[in-house]
Amino acid sequence: MSSNHMNLKLKIWRQKNIAAPGGLVDIDAPGISPDMSFLEMLDTVNERLQEKGEEPIAFDHDCREGICGMCSLVIDGRPHGKEDRTTTCQLHMRKYADGDTITIEPWRASAFPVIRDLVVDRGAFDRIMASGGFVSVRTGGAPDANAVPISKHEADASMDAAQCIGCGACVAACKNASAMLFVGAKVSQYAHLPQGQPERNKRALAMVAQMDKEGFGACTNLQECEAACPKGISVRVIAEMNRDFLRASLLGAE
Amino acid sequence: MSIHLDSHIPAGPVGAKWSKHKFDCKLVNPANKRKYTVLVVGAGLAGASAAATLSELGYNVHCFFFQDSARRAHSIAAQGGINAAKNYQNDGDSVYRLFYDTVKGGDYRAREANVHRLAEVSVNIIDQCVAQGVPFAREYGGHLANRSFGGAQVSRTFYARGQTGQQLLLGAYSAFSKQVGAGAITQHSRSEMLDLVMVNGHARGIVTRDLATGKVETWAGDAVVLATGGYGNVFFLSTNAQGCNVTATWRAHKRGALFANPCYTQIHPTCIPVSGDHQSKLTLMSESLRNDGRVWVPKDKADLATDPRKIPEEKRDYYLERIYPSFGNLVPRDIASRAAKRMCDEGRGVGPGGLGVYLDFSDAIRRLGQAAVADRYGNLFEMYQRITNESPYEVPMRIYPAVHYSMGGLWVDYNLMSNLPGLHVVGEANFSDHGANRLGASALMQGLADGYFVLPYTIGQYLATSGQKKVTGDEPEFKQAAADVHARIDKLLSIKGKRSPTHFHKELGKLVWDYCGMARNEAGLLKALARIPQLREEFWNDVNVLGDGESLNVALEKAGRVADFLEFAELMCTDALHRRESCGGHFREEFQTEGGEALRNDDEFAYVAAWNYTGDFAKPELIKEPLEFDEVHLSQRSYK
Ligand SMILES: Cc1cc2nc3c(=O)[nH]c(=O)nc-3n(C[C@H](O)[C@H](O)[C@H](O)COP(=O)(O)OP(=O)(O)OC[C@H]3O[C@@H](n4cnc5c(N)ncnc54)[C@H](O)[C@@H]3O)c2cc1C
Ligand code: FES
Repeated sequence: MSSNHMNLKLKIWRQKNIAAPGGLVDIDAPGISPDMSFLEMLDTVNERLQEKGEEPIAFDHDCREGICGMCSLVIDGRPHGKEDRTTTCQLHMRKYADGDTITIEPWRASAFPVIRDLVVDRGAFDRIMASGGFVSVRTGGAPDANAVPISKHEADASMDAAQCIGCGACVAACKNASAMLFVGAKVSQYAHLPQGQPERNKRALAMVAQMDKEGFGACTNLQECEAACPKGISVRVIAEMNRDFLRASLLGAE
Repeated sequence: MSIHLDSHIPAGPVGAKWSKHKFDCKLVNPANKRKYTVLVVGAGLAGASAAATLSELGYNVHCFFFQDSARRAHSIAAQGGINAAKNYQNDGDSVYRLFYDTVKGGDYRAREANVHRLAEVSVNIIDQCVAQGVPFAREYGGHLANRSFGGAQVSRTFYARGQTGQQLLLGAYSAFSKQVGAGAITQHSRSEMLDLVMVNGHARGIVTRDLATGKVETWAGDAVVLATGGYGNVFFLSTNAQGCNVTATWRAHKRGALFANPCYTQIHPTCIPVSGDHQSKLTLMSESLRNDGRVWVPKDKADLATDPRKIPEEKRDYYLERIYPSFGNLVPRDIASRAAKRMCDEGRGVGPGGLGVYLDFSDAIRRLGQAAVADRYGNLFEMYQRITNESPYEVPMRIYPAVHYSMGGLWVDYNLMSNLPGLHVVGEANFSDHGANRLGASALMQGLADGYFVLPYTIGQYLATSGQKKVTGDEPEFKQAAADVHARIDKLLSIKGKRSPTHFHKELGKLVWDYCGMARNEAGLLKALARIPQLREEFWNDVNVLGDGESLNVALEKAGRVADFLEFAELMCTDALHRRESCGGHFREEFQTEGGEALRNDDEFAYVAAWNYTGDFAKPELIKEPLEFDEVHLSQRSYK
C-alpha cells in the first residue's frame, strides 16, 4: 500500500429498519487512497465488513457523477460534506487527512423517514411534484419549438433553477427542515418561461399546500439551504416563489 | 422449434412507411382504453415518456423502477445533447440527412425503416420538450441554440448546458408526475423486476421485489413494456450508473425473448482514465468537448513524462486531425476510441500506465477566451478537476475510452414488440436503431421517440388484436414465476461463501474488458468463454450474501444483478465470436483494413443476430434477420 494512504475512523449511523432504534457505530477505514471518492471509501469499508461477516452499510447512490440526486449523507454535520457545491459522490478523499474521524449520518427530517442505515424515504418530494410541478401539456400537437422566442436571459434564469437534483440536502441543512429551496426551484423554472404562465398561480398554491401537508417546516431565512445545495441553487427562487404564492393567494388559482 | 422472425416493416418507400403504418395500426376504442393495464418497467427517458403518454391516452399504467424516484433514472446523466433534424441552422440538415448519417454511423447494421422513422419524429421531440418547459440553450435572439456532435457535419444537437439528459428526463418526469397526480399512473419506486410472466404464449405480467421491504409481488396486465436501459455494467467499470443492469431483459430472454446483437457495445472515447483498483465507475467527459478540444499525444516517446504545456507544437501528434482530415476531432466514437487505443498500443499514451491521450483546450481558450470556454464546458471542467485534482483551463485533460452504451438489446419488430407477443421494449433496452455504433446525441432522441411517439401508436395494434382473456394474477404461471424468484433469493442467501458479489463483478468485468472490449479476437474470446462458466460456478458456490430477504439488502440486490451478468456475458462473447467481421463498436482484430479500420463482411454478416435461449448458455440458437439497404448504399465508412 502506497505511503499516501490514510487510516480513518468513521462514526456511522446504523439502523436496521424504520421501526428499530439506530445509533452511531465506530468503524475503522484503513488504507484509504486520496483519489477515492467518498462513496468508494464506503465501498472498501463495506467489502471489509462483509469479509468479517457483517452486513454492509446501506446508503443511496446511483450515478456517482453528481447529477441523479440519489446520494445523500450528512458528513460531519454538513449535508454532502465539506466541499462546496459538491455531492457526496463527487467529494474526494484528498480533502481528508490521515487519522481524521468522520461522522456519517442520514438526512434528518420527519418528512424523510430512515429506511435503513443511511437510506431515507424522499417520497414526499415526488408527491410535491405530482401536485403541480409540471406544465399541463399532452404529448403531441406542440407548436414548433422556435415559435415562441425566449430571451437568453430568461432561459438561463430558468435553467439556473432547473438544475436542482432533488437530493434533499436543502431540507437536511435547514433547522426547520424546510423544503422551500426545492419547491422554489421548480416554481422558478416555470415562472421564467412563457410555457409556465397559464398555471403559474395554481402551481404555486398547489405545491406549497402539498409541501405543508408533507410536514416540512417553515422558512425563516437562514439560507443554510443555499449553502448546502450541491448545485448552487440561489435563495432567490424562494423569494420568487413567495411572490407568486402571495399573488396567487390574493388573486386565486386562475 | 425454430422461430421465424418477422420485422413487420411496412411496404412502400422509406419516407412514407411510418405515416402509412400509423394509419394502418388498429385503434383501441377510447372508452376501452382504461380497461387495459400496461406494465411499464423503467422510468428513464423511454419509460417515463411512454408511461406518461400511454396514461394520457387513457390506458391504466403501472410503472416500476429501482431508484427511489423516477427522476433519478440513468438518463439523467446524459450531458451533451439530443439530435433533431430541425435544420434551424440552415446548414443543410434534413430528415433524410439525419437518417443517412445514422445508418452510416451505425456501420450499416441497423434497419433503414426504423432509422428513418426516428429521424422523422426527432423534430416532434424538441417541440414537445419545449412545450413542457425544458430550458434548452438559446441564442440572444431567443431561438434555440445548436452544437455539432461527433460524427456529424451539421449542427443539429440541442442541449441544456452540460445537463441535457437531466433536463429532458425532468421534462418527462414532469409529464409522468402530472399523470401520477391525476391518479392515472401508479408508480412503484424501489421496485426491481425479477421475472416476466408468460400466459398462453403472451407476456402478461411481471414479478417484482420491493427493495425497501423485500416483498416479492406479481403484477398482471395486458401488455408489458421494458424500458430498463443498457447492460454496459457487465464490464464492471463503465460510465453507467451503479444500478444499471441486464436483469429485466435477461430474465425476459430466459422466458423466450430473443437477445439481438449483444456484442455491439459502445466504447466512448472521452472518459477520465482509471486511477486505481478502488474505482467504482468511469466518468464521461461529454463528447461535445471534442468541438473545441484537440486530441493529441507526443510524437516522441521521450516526451511522455514531459509537462504537456512544455511540449512544442511540432512535437505533438494531433492524430485525429492527421488521419481523418475532413472530420478531424469529430470522427464517430468507435473511430476515435480505436485511434486512442492504437496510440497507446504504440507506446505513446500519457499518464499512469500509458493509458491516456490529451484533450487540449489551450487553442480554444486563446481563440474564444476563458469565459466563453467556461460558459460551454464549465461544469465538465469542474467535474474533471474534482476527480483528478487538475484544472483543464491550465493543463490538457487526460482521457481514455470507456464502456458507455449498449447498441444490442432485446430484439423488437417495427412495432417495438419482441418476439413474445405483448412484450414491448423501448429505449436502450432494445436493439433497434443504432446498428453497430451509436452516434452522439442519438440515444436521448431514440428513448423519447420510442416513448412519446412510437410505442403509443404501435401498442394499440397489439392490444386491439391480441384476443387474450383477462388475467388476474392468480393463474398458475404467476404463482410459478413468484416461486422461482423466491427460490433464487433463498439460494443466494444460503450460500454463505467467502467472496462478495462485487468481487465476482470485478473479475467478470476485467475478463470481458480484456477479451470482449475495444478489440476482440478469436483466441481471447475463446479464453473468456472458457472462464465465464467457471466463474459462474464459483459464484454459485462461494458468494457471500449476508442478511435476509425481508428488508433492504444491498448485497442481495447486487448479487442478483451480478448473477445475471455472469450468464449474459457468455452470450455477449458468443455473439462476438460468431461475428467474423468488424463493424462499428465490434472490432475483430482479424478483420481490419490496412489502415486499421473496421472491415465489414456484408456478404456474410449483413444481418441482425438474434439469439434464442435454449437452456444451455453455451449453445444458444442463432436466428438471423437479414438487413436490406434500399436507400443508403453499403460502402466502407470513411471519415477521411
Ligand atoms: C454518462 C452518460 C452520458 C450520456 N450522454 C448522452 C448524450 O449526451 N446524448 C445521448 O443521446 N445519449 C447519451 N447517453 C446515453 C443515454 O443517456 C442513454 O442511452 C439513455 O438515457 C437510456 O435511456 P433509457 O430510458 O433507455 O434507460 P435508463 O435511463 O437507463 O432508465 C432505465 C430505467 O429502468 C429501470 N430499471 C432498470 N432495471 C430495472 C429492473 N430490473 N427492475 C425495475 N426497473 C429497472 C431504472 O430504474 C430506470 O428507471 C449518455 C449515457 C451516459 C452513461
Ligand atoms: S450518486 Fe448521483 S448524485 Fe451522487
